[in-house]
Amino acid sequence: MSEVPVLLETTLRVALVIVSALCVCCSYRVIRGPTDPDRVVALDAIATNVVAIAVLFAIQTGRGLFITVSLVLAIIGFIATVAVAKFVIDGEVIE
Amino acid sequence: MIRTAVVIALIAVGVFFLIVGTVGLLRLPNVYNRMHATSKPTTLGTAAIFLAGFVAFGPGKEGLTSLLGIVFLFLTVPTGAHMIARSAERIGVPFLGSVTWPDESAVRSDRSDEDDD
Repeated sequence: MSEVPVLLETTLRVALVIVSALCVCCSYRVIRGPTDPDRVVALDAIATNVVAIAVLFAIQTGRGLFITVSLVLAIIGFIATVAVAKFVIDGEVIE
Repeated sequence: MIRTAVVIALIAVGVFFLIVGTVGLLRLPNVYNRMHATSKPTTLGTAAIFLAGFVAFGPGKEGLTSLLGIVFLFLTVPTGAHMIARSAERIGVPFLGSVTWPDESAVRSDRSDEDDD
């Protein structure tokens, strides 16, 4: 019985490291991306990865508050994506 | 015991889908293909990790927030991808190979309507 939480702890740590590394890999597309929509797509992927990181951190520390944090991060990421998509077309967000 | 096993399995599935999405983002040749690669696997991976949070915290306290997060992701990620795709087509990012719109006249009338606005 005492081995299983250790296994869960290890899984959570490995998952956190992997998802953080995925964020770094996505930043390659943010910097290098040929067009602006590439950068927006990569930033959207980074935002979703950060949501996953927040949930993993909530499970690891046992603090349920970070689930709410992940929800707020998802909302902010969606609003940022929509705003930048409109900005790429029109050159302005609020007309 | 069973709860821990389910949490570990869901986290493994979620991390796998996130890896698939990022590899697609890095490897695919076009904006539209990259968007196709990131939106669906990233949604599924994060939804699986949210489900792991639901299983870990239980339905009483923070698990309901996790379910709300899943619903929110499934609503917003396709919407955001659609808006990026529309803006990419609008600023003239070319399609790959022989890919075209299904009906060009529909696209043109759509544009002229928005020009009238």
